[in-house]
Amino acid sequence: MSTTGTAGSPATDLGFLLHKHPDRAQRFSTAHGTAHVLYPEATAERCTAALLLEIDPVALVRSARGKGRGAAPDSALAQYVNDRPYAASSLLAVALGSVFGSAVKGQCAARPELPGVPRPLRVEVPVLPARGGAGLVERLFAPLGWSVTADPLALDERFPEWGDSRYVSLVLEGELTLAEALRHLYVLLPVLDDSKHYWVSPDEVEKLLRAGEGWLERHPEQLLITDRYLARRRALTRDALARLAEADDTEPECLDNAVGAPVDSAAGSVGGEAAGSGVGEGGDTAGKPVPLAARRREAVVGALRAAGAARVLDLGCGQGKLIGELLKDPRFTEVVGVDVSVRALRDAARWLGLERMTERQAARVELLQGSLAYTDRRLTGYDAAVLSEVVEHLDPPRLPALEYAVFGAARPATVVVTTPNVEYNVRWETLPAGHARHPDHRFEWTREEFRSWAGAVAERHGYGVEFTPVGPDDPEVGAPTQMAVFHKRNTEPDRGGTAATTTTTTTTTTTLTKEATAE
Amino acid sequence: MTTSPATPAAAPGGGPEKARVLAVPDLSLVVLVGASGSGKSTFAARHFKPTQVLSSDFCRGLVSDDENDQSVSGDAFDVLQYIAGKRLAAGRLTVVDATNVQPESRKQLVRLAREHDVLPVAVVLDMPESVCAARNAARPERAALPRHVVQRHQRELRRSLRHLEREGFRKVHILRGVAEAESAEVVLERRFNDLRHLTGPFDIVGDIHGCRSELETLLTKLGYALVRDGAGRPVDAAHPDGRTAVFVGDLVDRGPDSPGVLRLVMGMVAAGHALCVPGNHENKLGRHLKGRAVRHSHGLAETVEQLEREDAADPEFRERVREFIESLVSHYVLDGGGLVVCHAGLPEKYHGRTSGRVRSHALYGDTTGETDEFGLPVRYPWAEDYRGRAAVVYGHTPTPSATWLNNTICLDTGAVFGGRMTALRWPERELVDVPAERVWYEPSKPLRSEAPGGADGRPLDLTDVTGRRVVETRHMGRVAVKEENAAAALEVMSRFAVDPRMLPYLPPTMAPCATSKEDGYLEHPAEAFAAYRADGVRRVVCEEKHMGSRAVALVCRDADVARERFGATDGAAGVIHTRTGRPFFDDPATAARVLGRLREAVGGAGLWEELGTDWLLLDTELMPWSLKAAGLLRHQYAAVGAASGAALPAALAALEATAARGVDVSALLGRQRERAEDALAFTEAYRRYCWPVGDAARARRGETTGAYGAPGAPGAEDAPDGTADGRAAEDGGATGAGRATDGLDGIRMAPFQILAVQGRSLARLPHDEQLALIDRMIAAERTAATGDGGAAYRNSLLAPTRRLVVDTEDEESVAAGTRWWLELTAEGGEGMVVKPLQGFAERADGRLVQPGVKCRGREYLRIVYGPEYTRPDNLARLRDRHLGHKRSLALREYALGLEALDRLAAGEPLWRVHEAVFAVLALESEPVDPRL
Repeated sequence: MSTTGTAGSPATDLGFLLHKHPDRAQRFSTAHGTAHVLYPEATAERCTAALLLEIDPVALVRSARGKGRGAAPDSALAQYVNDRPYAASSLLAVALGSVFGSAVKGQCAARPELPGVPRPLRVEVPVLPARGGAGLVERLFAPLGWSVTADPLALDERFPEWGDSRYVSLVLEGELTLAEALRHLYVLLPVLDDSKHYWVSPDEVEKLLRAGEGWLERHPEQLLITDRYLARRRALTRDALARLAEADDTEPECLDNAVGAPVDSAAGSVGGEAAGSGVGEGGDTAGKPVPLAARRREAVVGALRAAGAARVLDLGCGQGKLIGELLKDPRFTEVVGVDVSVRALRDAARWLGLERMTERQAARVELLQGSLAYTDRRLTGYDAAVLSEVVEHLDPPRLPALEYAVFGAARPATVVVTTPNVEYNVRWETLPAGHARHPDHRFEWTREEFRSWAGAVAERHGYGVEFTPVGPDDPEVGAPTQMAVFHKRNTEPDRGGTAATTTTTTTTTTTLTKEATAE
Repeated sequence: MTTSPATPAAAPGGGPEKARVLAVPDLSLVVLVGASGSGKSTFAARHFKPTQVLSSDFCRGLVSDDENDQSVSGDAFDVLQYIAGKRLAAGRLTVVDATNVQPESRKQLVRLAREHDVLPVAVVLDMPESVCAARNAARPERAALPRHVVQRHQRELRRSLRHLEREGFRKVHILRGVAEAESAEVVLERRFNDLRHLTGPFDIVGDIHGCRSELETLLTKLGYALVRDGAGRPVDAAHPDGRTAVFVGDLVDRGPDSPGVLRLVMGMVAAGHALCVPGNHENKLGRHLKGRAVRHSHGLAETVEQLEREDAADPEFRERVREFIESLVSHYVLDGGGLVVCHAGLPEKYHGRTSGRVRSHALYGDTTGETDEFGLPVRYPWAEDYRGRAAVVYGHTPTPSATWLNNTICLDTGAVFGGRMTALRWPERELVDVPAERVWYEPSKPLRSEAPGGADGRPLDLTDVTGRRVVETRHMGRVAVKEENAAAALEVMSRFAVDPRMLPYLPPTMAPCATSKEDGYLEHPAEAFAAYRADGVRRVVCEEKHMGSRAVALVCRDADVARERFGATDGAAGVIHTRTGRPFFDDPATAARVLGRLREAVGGAGLWEELGTDWLLLDTELMPWSLKAAGLLRHQYAAVGAASGAALPAALAALEATAARGVDVSALLGRQRERAEDALAFTEAYRRYCWPVGDAARARRGETTGAYGAPGAPGAEDAPDGTADGRAAEDGGATGAGRATDGLDGIRMAPFQILAVQGRSLARLPHDEQLALIDRMIAAERTAATGDGGAAYRNSLLAPTRRLVVDTEDEESVAAGTRWWLELTAEGGEGMVVKPLQGFAERADGRLVQPGVKCRGREYLRIVYGPEYTRPDNLARLRDRHLGHKRSLALREYALGLEALDRLAAGEPLWRVHEAVFAVLALESEPVDPRL
């Protein structure tokens, strides 16, 4: 942080303002390491104060240790190989607040007239983690009166193909009071860092209100700033899924993505409902009065009503939007949501308000962890099963197992399947050509492909099938969602062996007895 | 109602009184019946353990704090029945101490006993009213009990007495008067089906159906000496070693000589040379012989006719057969509970139980309620669900061959239909069979190969993997999986893994060597050598640790093999997956190319023929690390490098400027300089394991050479013998020619173990033999590359693994091992893995030894422990790293991996292999320090 000065207002006033003498190097203990304040230059013309936070990486990990097993820490590996010692993160903001406490408040006991006067200031942050990139840095600081230079840092000059890192080298210049400058940094450093590894303490709201006083309320990015500043971060402790990701040299987000990808402000909005979202399907899409996801639920519920189903399985229920819809209609006496993701089920329970439901309502709904890669006896005996936006989340070689689990083993009277119609993708303006609608889609079918799969499934398992478009039916490319409704044929073999072997499957497991009833 | 006065025998001072003996099956529900004050609790306390007795008074107390609060009797009885139900389910004798004088309360208890397939037994205490009243009066809490209550109890009791057996009690003991009640003794009887004390050895014989001649041949082949009567008919057979034959039933019907079979088996049973359980055909014949009307279908007609012919010579034979059949017990539990024999199979919850339902299941099996296209009932595949510890040996369903499924085996191999007659030697588990002499009876439908025991088993079921599970392993006993970990594994297995049929193995985690105390080192090979020496492992192999990503490759000779052996549906000839079972390459075409190269190498080395297989499973490391870990590298490692690279110079500049002003910052400056050096070293460390692949590799090679001097990189390749082979130059220089490539440039794969081939697990093959096989694959790849006429440029995909054998007892050798490691890591290597040379090692006490420990290089560990870990104060703190859990995890996962391979080799059904594989994945999600 530097300032320039004049004869009447020497730059070394910075020392008074910061309450730190320019001719001494001082050190202060903070929560995560030692903060040093020193002045690389201190003349009447120009004075620079440097705040250097010396973080002990080993202690950082140990103090952050979660409830690991005994003394063995169970933090993510990222905790150990960590940019905290080098980057201007929330830790630096915390140090800034405590080391320059009175300056942040705009107090100066020795020279009370100084704090209120704007000065030419220059702030340099050599490594600023900036989620959202240089553009966001500009959007955050420029409205506050700074002239912003944010240069992205390359990840590794040896590997130019890796591109830029999430860091920028930041220089701010402007004529502001020192207190304003410090408060801007105090709030905006953690906002830009947006680190996923640190909990925000409960009194953060007050801190934000205090530090944001006078500027935050008018800031055009106020929403983003408060959202990020107050966001609850993921726990420090790895959950079981994250540990599996680590075993595979991948990031936790690669596996733990059942519940929509986090909204990435830089890349536009992606994500949302587990198995039902993607480009253009959110409620916020302009020009679409009824979002496609809602239309799809309407269509599914309509098909279930038409089938007269009362006991319904929602296979791959995600966050439970369809379950919520079904519960509104008393004709659905039992709704079972099944998902393989524990996180999705937890979100569904919260979204549906399971714990607050009356007993009578709660008795109608059940959430189960299950997987359609396996047969599951709990799923037998239902009137209908819904596979809404599920099949496309499976690798094609695993579809036969799903087919058997649903049509061969569970065998509900009605099965409703919805899946995207890939032909329609050209109509999504926001979807780059050749891209799937959701990052986890393993494939998207044309109408022909879907019909051929559904027809073969119906044939193999003794079902009849009908197809319905969902959403605006484009004459050329069809509707965005395609729906198939399967009805079990009334030729089950227990009808006295009259019909042919409509239910024979390739993996039949029943064995014929020579004489099971002697009478 | 008059007969209650004490009987003369009970008169005091009489002669030595004969005590009443009450026989009670050792697994039964004993229902005490008697008025209040009749002495039920006293009786129960005298004859049973306190924990066996459930009293209604006690249960009233449980729900209301007052044992005499009659208003809660309903709830109290629910509690009592709940506890009784749990006890009976666990197979424990249970006594109900309540008045039970009303038929309604007894009815519920009889139902409870039936639900758990145990016998209900009634013990009635019929005491004079005066005695009851006097006892009640003596108990303060009952003193107020009105007299009419006892009188009512008495009336209800008397009315009940005659009906108890009809109510369903299988034994009814009535004790009349005080003396009889006090002198009575309870004797626990073993159930008829409980022959656990018999340990055999046994020869269990499958369905016979009147095929006497084949039976004689089979018994002779089993070593029995036949005993014949005057007419030359076999009437007994004895084994010289005292073995016991066990017949699974269906001795009769359809075949040529049912009476002859009966005569022989009845003789053997009578002589104590055999046991026999009834089949459904004996049951039907028994009813016929008792004069019931039975349809003479399914071969009964033949038997009836044959028996009529017997009548002339031996008029009593028919009666003896009737008695024999009547005496048969539906199933037997033998050999300490390890063996159950019955006719049609039996789920575990019915073993040793006694009820009509158990008998019916034992004779007829379970049906789904459906009928098949022949109009016959469809059998429920109970054996597929079977998870019991006892082996169940049965017959009933003709199958082409007898095979084990879930510890059950069906021995009916259709002798009468022209198949074979099969016996199982127990405990040897050897099958002995003889062919049928002819087709004696035409089957109504063909024998099905999907009968229980088919190798496919059935599709995977959720109950195979979820919840808290225990997997039985050969080498480590029972390995438990927690529910939370199974849940995480389920998600990964379902959403990301390759088809479980193509996933017969997941690699175990590996523990590092013990923490070194050597200055500047966290890991050092001395610790690894010392640990193996302590475990009694003398010869170890040090294998270069390739820094890439673990990859397991299932290589099939062609797509047909993949389809037939592993059920591949996508036309791929194998699969390459990561440590968690995910496809290694996002692009199937790349995977197919790598598999193709592997297939060529295997073929070129002649391993298909030599190992007698058409597929093999390889454990490998795929490089570069940046290939799979790109996201991690960018967001974590390179990010730290970039941040430190920009921040520290700025900090140093500020400090130097401050120092120039005369302010003393020397200590801080010194620390920051060290910090900057460490950060540079860190960046260098991860860079060694990154290089471009595919087209990017070519483009880069064209520009400059020398940038990739790291080991393992395409330009610095070593032959198996450790000498450069000249290909490096070709790799570095010959690419500008613009020849087509197969897109694998830069990708290296270092196989280090062949895990399994058809019918065999190779996980116990010594590592020198393993590596020798793999060296041949590498050599074969080179030969093929030189010989392809230069049509297409190809790099060498396969990378050798450098190695050194060390004798842990020999100091010289240990020192050489340490030097080797120092050299390896000095040139940037990740480090090495030390393994017992023999491939599989157990300690003297039979416990598993770690299959390998890793010794990672000093520089490499910066990537793991952070750039500044080598500073003395950091090292001191990091040395406290608690290896116990990691080691235990490594062993458990290793045992599970071996188990999966053994099950695969034995041709066990998919779910059995998958169970062990899934458990490895679940354990991988256990919390453990990720730096280890």
